[in-house]
Amino acid sequence: MTAQAELDGQETETMTVREAIRQGLREELERDEDVLIMGEDVGAFGGVLEVTGNLYEEFGEEQVRDTPIAEAGYVGAAVGAAATGTRPVAELMFSDFMGVSMEQIMNQMAKMRYMFGGKTEMPVTIRATEGGGMGAASQHSGTVHTWISHFPGLKAVAPGTAAAAKGLTKAAIRSDDPVFVFENKMIYEQKGEVPTDEDYITPIGEASVEREGEDVTVVATQRLVGESLTVADGLSGDVSVEVIDAQSLYPLDTETIVESLRKTGRMVVADESPVSYGTHAEIIARAQEEAFFSLDAPIQRVGTPDTHMPFSTPLEQEVLPDGEGVQNAIEKIV
Amino acid sequence: MTDYTLETEDDRLEALRRMLTIREFDTKAGHYFADGEIPGFVHLYIGEEAVGVGTCAALDPDDYIASTHRGHGHCIAKGLDPDLMMAELFGKADGYCNGKGGSMHIADIDSGMLGANGIVGAGPPLATGAALSISHQDRDQVALAFLGDGATAQGQVHEAINQASTWDLPAIFLIENNQYGEATPVEKQHNVDQLSDTAQAYDIPGVTVDGMDITAVYEAVQEGRKRAANGDGPTLIEAETYRYHGHYEGDEQNYRTDEELQQWKDRDAIDAFKARLIDRDELSEAEFEEMQAEVEETIADAIEFAHDAELPHPQEAYDDMFSDTVPEIEKFANRARTDGGDSR
Ligand SMILES: Cc1ncc(C[n+]2csc(CCOP(=O)(O)OP(=O)(O)O)c2C)c(N)n1
Ligand SMILES: [Mg+2]
Repeated sequence: MTAQAELDGQETETMTVREAIRQGLREELERDEDVLIMGEDVGAFGGVLEVTGNLYEEFGEEQVRDTPIAEAGYVGAAVGAAATGTRPVAELMFSDFMGVSMEQIMNQMAKMRYMFGGKTEMPVTIRATEGGGMGAASQHSGTVHTWISHFPGLKAVAPGTAAAAKGLTKAAIRSDDPVFVFENKMIYEQKGEVPTDEDYITPIGEASVEREGEDVTVVATQRLVGESLTVADGLSGDVSVEVIDAQSLYPLDTETIVESLRKTGRMVVADESPVSYGTHAEIIARAQEEAFFSLDAPIQRVGTPDTHMPFSTPLEQEVLPDGEGVQNAIEKIV
Repeated sequence: MTDYTLETEDDRLEALRRMLTIREFDTKAGHYFADGEIPGFVHLYIGEEAVGVGTCAALDPDDYIASTHRGHGHCIAKGLDPDLMMAELFGKADGYCNGKGGSMHIADIDSGMLGANGIVGAGPPLATGAALSISHQDRDQVALAFLGDGATAQGQVHEAINQASTWDLPAIFLIENNQYGEATPVEKQHNVDQLSDTAQAYDIPGVTVDGMDITAVYEAVQEGRKRAANGDGPTLIEAETYRYHGHYEGDEQNYRTDEELQQWKDRDAIDAFKARLIDRDELSEAEFEEMQAEVEETIADAIEFAHDAELPHPQEAYDDMFSDTVPEIEKFANRARTDGGDSR
């Protein structure tokens, strides 16, 4: 669906991505008292990146819990709680800490429903921040969503707009499956129109056409959605760029992407994860499977060049994918 | 469902029956594994029956347990159906997990069984989470995690006990110290004398009991349950026991002596409990023989059920990944349906 059509006829409010996520969390805490937020300093402190804010004051310790600094323990507890009647939303302060909890994610959360022949629900949400750009260095800047998208039994979403940030957070919490919401921390201050309807959700598995165009399709995620839109504006008149926010990484809305590619014949995939063996490759594989004969040029990848995120600004800027990279990729194939 | 205690004569006889059922189930499971009919791994519970049964007798019917890779005994103690368990071991569609889990993943959440677990040390966080659900919804239940002496060294076990203690959750952590983690004896894995000593680190009660004595296990878990249900937080219980078979079937067992094995067998939990019931005039030798014959029949029926049950249709491999269908898996399933899955 196009972003405009999605918002048409809806009452909206302008807010930041951070506020949009918090509003989504607040509405779900209110709607269902079995929704439990937990994580490190998500309560009284309001979250290190200030996403949970005052939810602790609003909902109290029963629904918004500060955990010990023990990711395996509380992610595991979220799995156990999800299997026994509550709806936990656990926050990983930085997605780089996911490794600490990976056992519970890959062997319990992802596999329980399947191993048990479908006899358990697993309504757990994991929120994790990703991304470079603030000089946080290699252990606090990673983009790891490919791991989760790759691993069977997990759903992964990664919003690029404020509306999707709210809509996907709510969809994740309402889902009976494990859903990871990857929040790029550089767009927490990015503003957008957000529907105020308490039942507004962004369905998991749907991409959003953020800008229509004729010459080239940019499939972008997270921060690169906004940067690609700026590039598209800059090129308008010369090149007509269609920008799609993939929104959901697994399941992926192959149809919307392929439909666009059939129209434009050219495609750039822009995602902050490391380029090799990843999210870009999967999107491109599906594109060529479905629309090989529509392709007029090789599909381009824009991502992190297989390095970690370095600390010093010139180094970080060197490897961090951005609008310039998207523009170069477009110019190479148009 | 654990609808028995150790309080009345009938309860005690039921507990003995469960211990015999576990031993017979696992004896036959070992047999069919050796035959090649049961694929994968099986880890037998023989020798440790008093721990599982003593524990489950002290729990309420809808309490939760999180189990381990050595889970058959926990399942039977908790009241799972041996037919469906055996069918699962045989990989049949009628098994508890429709053949998707096998020995290491038998689960029945509705009966409070949160799953056997192929990952050593993964159960305690799940029990802490179940205890969180219970506490959040003010339910009259507790959650107990079984873990091995080996598992006690895992980091996530510490995290789970610490979290449950800090939040005063209704949880119990029960270490089955069977003296070995695979081939490594407990002294080579831990610096403490008793594994329950670590309870001090969480400021919770820690007790070590004779795991060959069903009453000792029962009483410790009863105490732990009372405390948990009162909102006073978890208890760490160590039950000292022994597995009579190898770590897995086929294990050469060069790490222990026949004498050591015999010493533990001399204190066999079933023999001891049976002798006590005979002493109390609650059981005669003839009644015991009859019970044993009935148990053998139950397990023979389970094997027949498992033999007769259908294997799952290959297409079922695509089911149960999510609560809904996703286009990715639907596509693979459709291709499998049309060309046998040769092209993905
Ligand atoms: C994380 C992990 N590491 C290693 C193994 C392999 N493994 C399976 S059982 C086992 C021994 C476990 O010992 P213990 O916890 O004492 O349980 P027991 O087998 O004695 O009942 C090991 C090392 C595993 N399954 N999971
Ligand atoms: Mg052991």
